[in-house]
Amino acid sequence: MKSERDSGAKQALSGRRSFLGLAAAGLGGVLIAPGIHLIEVAQAAARGTAPAGANAKVRWGLLIDTTKCASGCSDCVSACNTENGLAAPTRPTDAQWIRKIEIKSVATGRAQSLPVMCQHCAEPPCVDVCPTGASFKRADGIVLVDRHSCIGCRYCIMACPYQARSFVHEPLTAQKPEVPRGKGCVEGCTLCVHRIDAGGGPACVEACASAGHHAMLFGDLNDADSEISHRVREVASKQLRPDLRLDPGVRYQGLA
Amino acid sequence: MNLRHRAFVCRAAAWLACACMAGPVLAQQATANRVPLPAIEAARGEACVADPAFMRRNHMNLLKHQRNETVHLGVRDARASLKGCIECHASAATGSVAQAPGDFCASCHSYAAVKIDCFECHASKPAAAALPANHPRTDTGVSRPQGVLRWPQLASAR
Repeated sequence: MKSERDSGAKQALSGRRSFLGLAAAGLGGVLIAPGIHLIEVAQAAARGTAPAGANAKVRWGLLIDTTKCASGCSDCVSACNTENGLAAPTRPTDAQWIRKIEIKSVATGRAQSLPVMCQHCAEPPCVDVCPTGASFKRADGIVLVDRHSCIGCRYCIMACPYQARSFVHEPLTAQKPEVPRGKGCVEGCTLCVHRIDAGGGPACVEACASAGHHAMLFGDLNDADSEISHRVREVASKQLRPDLRLDPGVRYQGLA
Repeated sequence: MNLRHRAFVCRAAAWLACACMAGPVLAQQATANRVPLPAIEAARGEACVADPAFMRRNHMNLLKHQRNETVHLGVRDARASLKGCIECHASAATGSVAQAPGDFCASCHSYAAVKIDCFECHASKPAAAALPANHPRTDTGVSRPQGVLRWPQLASAR
């Protein structure tokens, strides 16, 4: 437990350390050419040392067009279950990573249907409350649970305003090789991190597109040229509970 | 009569001495036969990521290091991954490394009396559908990566 916490702390510190090292080098040598900023040097160094894995320059996000999300359709939910080896929930305590909700405006009577999953906040409260460091945010903005460190205290379930996390109550069998899950741990949407690391996207987005709905869009919010960045620039979109200032990576279009 | 009697006593004493000396040796052999030694099934693939002697002592360190790299940093194509172990070492009979008592991980861990927690969460079988045609699991081609692991303990062990 201690070594895991230490390694987590080291990872968190490594970025700052390398930046401080570079800053010291820059001040000592005064060799940085005009027009080259320290931040660019630091980013170049980060690229050189960690070519594989999560990229800190990326912020993965989703844009969900609620006007295209049909009431009663649960293609994204079933795709998530299939991809991650989850059984279709039969009891309220069963694990669920994505769910469809139906909302209706009291004032106008307008009904809408939308999927809700982990919102992959920039300031995730689940990470703040985790006593073991098991809840963490990856460099590319994906919020995950390290099940090796999770003690199943469920503070994160309480802290999450989106009710996006589940607890596994019973022993599991026949897990997917890419998606290890087990009893006694909290879990939630991983944005299909195993697929993202292989260059793909989440299964829910793929299922929504292949069914012809195209209500979900996945991409890099930090990349100004990505499709999702174009869309969030052009159309009005909302984060859920913006008053909490958690800056979720999932945005909803057409939500009123 | 007296001489004969004395000779018999001497021979009996000699036999007794022999029996006493041989006793512990026979007992040791019997004990050794009763202990079920781990049966290591031959793995697919040409070579492991490191020497078998090193792997026996240090596989847990490699796996622990790798799990942190993968979960926190997203490094997936690393050599010392549990998935990689399972793909080569899954039993031909059960298709698993820990399902039957004779499977690769289970046989050694029961011999060493070390409880193995990995497979409460991790699949102990490789994903058959996801394997490419030239994958070790298909038993036709061998594609484990070759080379030396960059791991400080590996260098110091050699």
